[in-house]
Amino acid sequence: MMLEVNDLHAYYGKSHILNGVNFAMQEGEVVALLGRNGVGRSTTVKSIMGEVPPQGSIRFRGEEIAGMPNHRIARRGLGYVPEDRDIFPTLTVRQNLELGIKNTRKPGKWKVEQFLDMFPNLARRADAPAGVLSGGEKQMLTISRTLMGDPELIMIDEPTEGLAPLIVKQIGELISEIAKAGVSILLVEQKLSIAMDISHRVLVMGHGQIVFEGTPEELREDEATRKEWLEV
Amino acid sequence: MLEIVIFSTLNGILYGLLLFMLSSGLTLIFSMMGVLNFAHASFYMLGAYFAYTLGMHTGFWPALILAPLLVGALGALVERFGLRRVHANGHVAELLFTFGLAYVIDELVQMMWGTVAVAYREPAYMREPLFTLFGTDYSIFRGVVILISILMFVALWYLLKKTRVGLMIRAALTHGEMVGHLGHNVPRLFMGVFGFGCALAGLAGVIGGPIMSTEPGMAATLGPIVFVVVVVGGMGSLQGAFYASLLIGLIQTFFVAVNASVADVVNAMGANLDPYGELGRISLATLAPMTPFILLVLILIFRPRGLMGELEP
Ligand SMILES: Nc1ncnc2c1ncn2[C@@H]1O[C@H](COP(=O)(O)OP(=O)(O)O)[C@@H](O)[C@H]1O
Ligand SMILES: [Mg+2]
Repeated sequence: MMLEVNDLHAYYGKSHILNGVNFAMQEGEVVALLGRNGVGRSTTVKSIMGEVPPQGSIRFRGEEIAGMPNHRIARRGLGYVPEDRDIFPTLTVRQNLELGIKNTRKPGKWKVEQFLDMFPNLARRADAPAGVLSGGEKQMLTISRTLMGDPELIMIDEPTEGLAPLIVKQIGELISEIAKAGVSILLVEQKLSIAMDISHRVLVMGHGQIVFEGTPEELREDEATRKEWLEV
Repeated sequence: MLEIVIFSTLNGILYGLLLFMLSSGLTLIFSMMGVLNFAHASFYMLGAYFAYTLGMHTGFWPALILAPLLVGALGALVERFGLRRVHANGHVAELLFTFGLAYVIDELVQMMWGTVAVAYREPAYMREPLFTLFGTDYSIFRGVVILISILMFVALWYLLKKTRVGLMIRAALTHGEMVGHLGHNVPRLFMGVFGFGCALAGLAGVIGGPIMSTEPGMAATLGPIVFVVVVVGGMGSLQGAFYASLLIGLIQTFFVAVNASVADVVNAMGANLDPYGELGRISLATLAPMTPFILLVLILIFRPRGLMGELEP
């Protein structure tokens, strides 16, 4: 197993946000984590990275990582793209990408030039401070930056939120590219949309728990689940 | 007159550079870790005392390197085994911790080196004049201090702008958590920056000690001024700290040097103040120590974010 989350609980102060989250991911699998705003999807990925203190068991490749410092989790091969797209605004686009590299002496499979080729907008601004990028460009940059660290599993939190349809399509293509390279993906989204074509499996979250697990087709046919947990 | 202007400018710049050597470390530590290190000037004092004691065995130049390294290592240990644990309890706890630390260091210095100034001097050959202008000498040592400061800042600039560690530091200034998510050891980076900041303060002590006198009150004298520099420059802004250091250095030096009274100044601006009255007869030199704090108060009223800062303190 790539990732096993067992009976995960998390709190913000006194409010109990995650209430026993259980799921697992296989090597090379693309899994979508769906749900309405505020159900605890971001908290789930944050507690896997240790940004929110987790209670319960989180195993990565069989080893317990719950509560480890985030850099050690990352070094084990877990990549994380947070929802606020935390690019480093005062660093250039190129420097942002370079900081994604964990070990400069051991080149990984992703290269700076490859992302600059893939995204001409980033190439044009390669030496400009990343703070000037548009929302879509920042999103491309954060995903690319995390890939520079050669993760085996990448968790991407709402990459398409607030972006124009054309950009959403580009991000979908990038995610397919990542999947093709054999990287496992945990994709947090609100609705099925881009997750539909790419995901092998879908998890739906409601009130701090996983309330549905199945293929995208199964979710599409399960109108009751969609009505209760996804659509507004 | 010209003589006073030239020498005051040189001395003001030298004092400003020393202030920046302290405030650059303080501001880096503050903007990265959110810690206002009250003990920062105490590390400056340790630099002077370490150089004094080491210098008796090794001579000035090796002590110039060893003392800041020692102070830096001490700073790193303080971060690793003190601050890092206190950090879990929030910023107030951290503030109190550094406050306590300042007193502990002050007391230790008095226990080890006594309560009066020690005879820490630059080597005799550096007391020779570098140049003589209008019959006044400017010592080689002062020239060396300015040179060392400038070299130090070039090195600091290079570190921050051109090295990978510098990139990490600049990234962590705004997004520390994200730097960690990318697999970089941010706690170790914090320890390094804290130690480096303390080493800079130590270096300022090594080269400032012979000029400003090495005595147990030196931290308490300079500490508040360094805080003023950081607030006036703008919390967290290195560039702001640089301008504020030079500004305060120059203002204070000029107030000391100018032989005039308050009445001379306001009367020159058209007022009519009794030159022998309570207020009028005060000399500018006696006001000099107050100038940084007057500036602080004015900045807090009229420009709370400081010269270059983005945040309000
Ligand atoms: N920093 C925080 N402090 C307090 N409550 C929070 C914080 N972040 C999120 N929450 C709350 O936790 C719940 C889950 O949030 P989140 O995991 O961000 O949901 P999602 O990502 O599914 O939209 C929400 O009710 C939200 O209001
Ligand atoms: Mg979210």
